[in-house]
Amino acid sequence: MTHPSQVQLTADGRLKHFLTTEGLSRELLTEILDTADSFISTQERAVKKVPLLRGKTVVNLFFENSTRTRSTFELAAKRLSADILNLDIARSATSKGETLMDTLWNLEAMYSDMFVVRHADSGAAHFIAEQVTPGVAIINAGDGRHAHPTQAMLDMLTIRRHKQQIEGQVVAIVGDILHSRVARSQIHALNTLGAAEVRVIGPATLLPRDIEALGAKAYYRMEDGLKDCDVVIMLRLQKERMQNALLPSESEFFKLYGLTEQKLALAKPDAIVMHPGPINRGVEIESAVADGEQSVILNQVSYGIAVRMAVMAMAMSGQQTEENAQ
Amino acid sequence: MSLPDIDQLLDSLEQQLREHLNHHQIEQPLLVGIRTGGVWIAEQLQQRLQLEGELGILDISFYRDDFTRHGLHPQVKGSELPDSIEDRSIILIDDVIKSGRTIRAAMNELFDYGRPARISLLTLLDVGQRELPIQPDICGHRLSLNDGQIVKLSGPQPLTLSLS
Repeated sequence: MTHPSQVQLTADGRLKHFLTTEGLSRELLTEILDTADSFISTQERAVKKVPLLRGKTVVNLFFENSTRTRSTFELAAKRLSADILNLDIARSATSKGETLMDTLWNLEAMYSDMFVVRHADSGAAHFIAEQVTPGVAIINAGDGRHAHPTQAMLDMLTIRRHKQQIEGQVVAIVGDILHSRVARSQIHALNTLGAAEVRVIGPATLLPRDIEALGAKAYYRMEDGLKDCDVVIMLRLQKERMQNALLPSESEFFKLYGLTEQKLALAKPDAIVMHPGPINRGVEIESAVADGEQSVILNQVSYGIAVRMAVMAMAMSGQQTEENAQ
Repeated sequence: MSLPDIDQLLDSLEQQLREHLNHHQIEQPLLVGIRTGGVWIAEQLQQRLQLEGELGILDISFYRDDFTRHGLHPQVKGSELPDSIEDRSIILIDDVIKSGRTIRAAMNELFDYGRPARISLLTLLDVGQRELPIQPDICGHRLSLNDGQIVKLSGPQPLTLSLS
């Protein structure tokens, strides 16, 4: 397989799929954030739609359930004036024995222009991007443990809007890093965009062994890792991990790694608190922090729509310029 | 071909705009410039007419009709308009009008912000070659270009016109 960073770019370096933040240049990531910024202003108007993708058909292809991510992609597509089809594959054709490629070819036969793909297997979106007919854009909405690039970019946008820039910020990501595609995408984006330091904090069982190679520094105690942070990103704790004996119990986890006002006081006084949602109150984060002044969790949701509009518009644009060039 | 003097053009635009506002009894116009050249002209006129409030800025990247051909402009900067344009009298300003497609896109975008009382169009130059039935109400100078010739406004300090 070709490396995803090549598959997702046109010959002249424009985005045509969005599969991962890994390997994308600082200029391109910044272009995504700038475009998203412009879409935020359109979201504040009386009419929230722009006509950019009028007549295009976007298919939400979710092999794994996620109401929230699917809804924000749906809203983003609608606000770009595209038509959108939601396919909950977890419950439909593939469970009747249809293969992944059969499903795709059927959807292509309906003249789809873009697939937003979520899949439990790492590399699924990349695989589809390599198989799909030229002209069709693939957006990765989360693949296995590998990547969740739109979530990472909305987090970058959140940091940039609340801290003015990403350059020079000390960022701590807390929780289950091992199973988190969000953390992986965040680490790549943060390093490319010039964060001063990326820290990961969690129990040894939930930190990947190669974390230093990814460009993050491992901490096992909140007391050490939160010191002088500008940004604290809490990850959602997947309850099913508890059954695999990777974690003692929810209350034990909260005691050690839950974000409380007391622990947050170790970070810089103007540090912001982020969480990709949905939050488990009293497991990763206490309500006083989640609803507190330093929390930007709900802003993240609004920025998520703008970021998804940006990558959808940019990928469609890349596909079209490539098609015209041929 | 010689290009007109930019200060004389601005004098003429100022004069014509004053007459236009008087004639239509517009007391508080909202000047809206189209990025990038139109914004520079709008800034000049805003100053000359000593209008109060901010001027509006339109970035029509999300409204272009050639998206399917040329894709998204890599440097979208976004539009900045006042909270409400409802019932405002808008003077839409661009540097050069040619096909008329930019103005169509700009008007489509304005209507997504609200329903203005009226829109008048002011351009520094009109080079003909229209592809849509859109004409400026106020124009600094009419120019006919040879095939393939392009006129460009550079700025904002100083504003200069060049042919290429």
